[in-house]
Amino acid sequence: MSRAEQIVSGLARRQRAEKRFRAYGITAILLGMSFLVLLFTSIIANGYQAFTQTYIELPIYFDPEVIDPNGDRDPQALFSADYWKLVKTSMYQQFPQVSGRSGRREVTRIMSGGSAFDLRERVIENPDLIGTTQRVWLVADDDIDMLMKGYIDREVPEDERRLNDRMIGYVDTLDEAGIVERKFNTTFFTAGDSREPEQAGILGALMGSFLTLIVTLLLSFPIGVAAAIYLEEFAPRNRFIDLIEININNLAAVPSIIFGLLGLAIFINWFGMPRSTPVVGGLVLTLMTLPTIIIASRVSIQAVPPSIKEAALGVGASRMQAMFHHVLPIAMPGMLTGTIIGMAQALGESAPLLMIGMVAFIVEPPSGFTDPATALPVQIYLWSDSPERGFTERTSAAILVLLAFLVTMNATAVYLRKKIAKRF
Amino acid sequence: MSPLFLIFILLALSSAAYFFSQRRMLRQTRDANITRLNSLPEHFGMLGAIWAGAPALLVYFLWLIFEGDILMGQVLAILPDAESMAATRELLIGDIRNAINNPISYQMASEEVRMAADRYRELSQTASIALAAACLSVFAICSALVLKFLTPRVRARIQIEKFVRGFLLLCSTLAIFTTIGIVLSVLFEASRFFQTVPITEFLFGLDWSPQMAIREDQVGSSGAFGAVPLFVGTLLISFVAMLVAAPIGLMSAIYLSEYAPSKVRTAAKPLLEILAGVPTVVYGFFAAIVVSPALRGFGATIGLDVASESALAAGLVMGIMIIPFVSSLSDDVIAAVPQAMRDGSLGMGATHSETMRRVILPAALPGIIGGLLLAISRAIGETMIVVMAAGLSANLTANPLEAVTTVTVQIVTLLVGDQEFDSPKTLAAFALGLTLFFVTLVLNFIALYVVRKYREQYE
Amino acid sequence: MDTTEALDMPIPDQLEETVISGKKDIDLTTVGDYTTENPRMKIRDVNVFYGAKQAVFDVNLDIGSNSVVSMIGPSGCGKTTLLRCLNRMNDTIDGCRVEGRVEMDGKNVYARKVDPVLLRARVGMVFQKPNPFPKSIFDNVAYGPRIHGLVRDRTDLEEIVHTSLERAGLLDEVKDRLDQPGTGLSGGQQQRLCIARAIAVSPEVILMDEPCSALDPIATARIEELIGELRKNFSIAIVTHSMQQAARVSQRTAYFHLGYLVEVGPTKDIFTMPKHQLTEEYITGRFG
Repeated sequence: MSRAEQIVSGLARRQRAEKRFRAYGITAILLGMSFLVLLFTSIIANGYQAFTQTYIELPIYFDPEVIDPNGDRDPQALFSADYWKLVKTSMYQQFPQVSGRSGRREVTRIMSGGSAFDLRERVIENPDLIGTTQRVWLVADDDIDMLMKGYIDREVPEDERRLNDRMIGYVDTLDEAGIVERKFNTTFFTAGDSREPEQAGILGALMGSFLTLIVTLLLSFPIGVAAAIYLEEFAPRNRFIDLIEININNLAAVPSIIFGLLGLAIFINWFGMPRSTPVVGGLVLTLMTLPTIIIASRVSIQAVPPSIKEAALGVGASRMQAMFHHVLPIAMPGMLTGTIIGMAQALGESAPLLMIGMVAFIVEPPSGFTDPATALPVQIYLWSDSPERGFTERTSAAILVLLAFLVTMNATAVYLRKKIAKRF
Repeated sequence: MSPLFLIFILLALSSAAYFFSQRRMLRQTRDANITRLNSLPEHFGMLGAIWAGAPALLVYFLWLIFEGDILMGQVLAILPDAESMAATRELLIGDIRNAINNPISYQMASEEVRMAADRYRELSQTASIALAAACLSVFAICSALVLKFLTPRVRARIQIEKFVRGFLLLCSTLAIFTTIGIVLSVLFEASRFFQTVPITEFLFGLDWSPQMAIREDQVGSSGAFGAVPLFVGTLLISFVAMLVAAPIGLMSAIYLSEYAPSKVRTAAKPLLEILAGVPTVVYGFFAAIVVSPALRGFGATIGLDVASESALAAGLVMGIMIIPFVSSLSDDVIAAVPQAMRDGSLGMGATHSETMRRVILPAALPGIIGGLLLAISRAIGETMIVVMAAGLSANLTANPLEAVTTVTVQIVTLLVGDQEFDSPKTLAAFALGLTLFFVTLVLNFIALYVVRKYREQYE
Repeated sequence: MDTTEALDMPIPDQLEETVISGKKDIDLTTVGDYTTENPRMKIRDVNVFYGAKQAVFDVNLDIGSNSVVSMIGPSGCGKTTLLRCLNRMNDTIDGCRVEGRVEMDGKNVYARKVDPVLLRARVGMVFQKPNPFPKSIFDNVAYGPRIHGLVRDRTDLEEIVHTSLERAGLLDEVKDRLDQPGTGLSGGQQQRLCIARAIAVSPEVILMDEPCSALDPIATARIEELIGELRKNFSIAIVTHSMQQAARVSQRTAYFHLGYLVEVGPTKDIFTMPKHQLTEEYITGRFG
């Protein structure tokens, strides 16, 4: 057999192996993609309905006896009045046939406790409502919401579902009367956390994340850029600088939870800074994102053609001036890109925040850096633990909001990077 | 005067010093008929501002850092029975702090604590007035010095640049301080832990049940701190994760770098990178809501009993998270193998896969191993996925269908909620943190070293 | 010896343009007989494109059996591109397109059913920069026989490795350290190792792309000597920057200019009495 014949005899087998290998590659890519699709579809499928919520339109008589018994419109009295009673009365009127304590309790269970706060707000805003009867869209209880969204299966035996047949009957009656509707869920964006799914929102968590990121940005950007400038431009080549570089590279790979331990032991226990606050969260996330920013900033300084610095030095600028007047402005978009990516990381991070206590149940959105707060990913973690279906839905919705922020940030970074690429 | 207001005043005064120094220098030059200053007027301005303002700001920040401790010391000194409460000194400080910061805690606090909190508030008010006075007088003294010593002869630019350089150096040393901070914090608390629990028991003990009586009179187990089940659980989940991530990540890197048409590559690469940008808490939720029930259901149909918080589910999802990490590191490493190697092999008549398997991969192996080590270190340190999808009970098992717990899960469980810094339960978290830090550090060191050596080979 | 750095430098764009603009009216059709007796491969009307840019224009050339044809010309003249067409190495470059026929045994190697794997086993290649694999010397040479399944057992393989190394004139220098990495050899030895690797699969044609441009004069002399030996068993096409090298090793020479084959003929004729003005300018050192 000649050489060529020998080779030909093995060719078919080798081409099969080649095809197999290529198929492995395609399979790997497809698997990766399908994980991505599965991840996103499952979260969207779980969460998109949380952006609407079931409302019920009730005729509410703003009874002066209940709201303002003294008739003096005293804000204190208006604030502390029993608005829930108005809701209850209205519901009893809807179902006059229902009597007895437990029956009536079931009827009122259709409405959310939050509808009382809603009424209170309306009255405080416009005290003239007192004494009138208005048709008001009020938030239904989360179980009713779930029923309307089809998550409560009517076929399941009565004692295995959260709503019994009678209550479903009440809701159907209201629905037939055309006063049950799904509307955009504003509560989700305007409220803090709550034990009741229908009253829970992400505003508090968003504010917490925002304040935390402000602290992180204000600290990590200048420090990161300064460190990068020093290491690229002024650092002598010696052991100490090597040590710094090793440290930076290592910190980039240290698990984030370790930074949480550092924050707990040093910032909270040693410096006595207040627990659960954006300022401590910001400090911890600063330490965590610094390596990312330093590394990205160094790369973008390296990318500036040395001729620019030499030109500046050539006309008599000091190294410092050449750096700050000429190199830094050119490197800045790259540094910003790195910073945005670092901030996106920080925004998605939750483990270190658990360590420093930003996992508390906090209803009021924080208004300052030293108010107790949670962050958006931590809120997701907290809600994901709750058994109610309403929270599962809101967890997914909160994830969608978080992802929307991350996508925006990363898209900005990509856009900036493209712009830089064009210039050189 | 509130501290925040004070800092604004100090900053305003410093900027005043800037303009003043700059003006003064220009005037002096004119008067002295100096035609050329050795530095720009702005440099003199900055120097004036720094000389005048920096010491005051230093005083200010030093006070802010140590204020808490100093005031608390004072407060504790006046408490009648502070001595007898020394055993729970930290608890007491915590209570007082809560009472100061939180009106509700104040309402609920004991008489002594309330008294202490009141005293603290008084002291802190006096202190902030004293601080303002101190800062302002330091500023005044320094300004006087500026008036005396800042002359056109001072080499302002060089001084400023020295100062800026010092600041830059300080910023870059922060990395070292962070590492020192990490080491000290975990080491210190862990050493306190090892005073109660012998280190050998921690490292080699097979039983982990950290629940223990907080008060002496409580009945309860004394707690067991054998961390082996946690180590095994961590390794089991990381192993499952690598089983998913290593082949998929590596093969997709190979396909994208060697086979895919450039259009596919430019589309698929960023799509895969998205997986890396998804926050871990999202993966945790995905694991808990989608993957775990699916695996359990699937197990039931084929007659397998899968725990609802199985290691398999957590590992699988963690693997998905690590895919882009493995693939982008492998991609870099594969791209670093010179084109000449590919040409050489293809020119002999090797197929693409033969070239890949027999030439490129062996050449890239050190780099790939380095990347995998980094990925493992990442899997070991990953927290949210396991907190949300893995179990809490420490089973010593190698069966991925059962629930296991991990080092990070235990750290979170031990530290979230009420903490008490002299119970071994809390301190155990730091011992676990120390172990975690040490292991990931060693892995990172090896990985970075291997990857660097590999890069140098082809540079 | 023309192995100085300067010759490897690509011509700056400006220079190339002046060349073009100065010679606009010059006829670029091939002068001389591009055929040869007993050809091993035939290049017919080959055009090569990189994306929209054409690199080779209507080239016809024969590669003769048991002889050496050298391809010379200024940088960017398309000679390497053409060489890489002969074993379809251009397939590995994104956006590269080849038109025309490259025949071997009367069959177009660009035909759909031709497997480049087999083609490349028959048409071996040696590259500009020595590129031994990061494996042992033995494994480097054994690579081809192994992937092509040419050997039954270890003895066969050892025999092939030994003969190949011997034919490449490397055996004496490395026979005691066959298990050492090939990357540890000197540049000239590495290039001879690559030649040994190429001939281990007994190709019919060997393509050499400036095989000596990264080597010192002594190593270059050894390779040139080796090419003379190899000619007895193989057909060789060599791209070179060095006219002296072309004169020393080849029987026929083809001169390329801006993607055109300008002149081809017996080496001694080309260098003593070039017919085309461009060829003359090149070999007298007016440009290139």
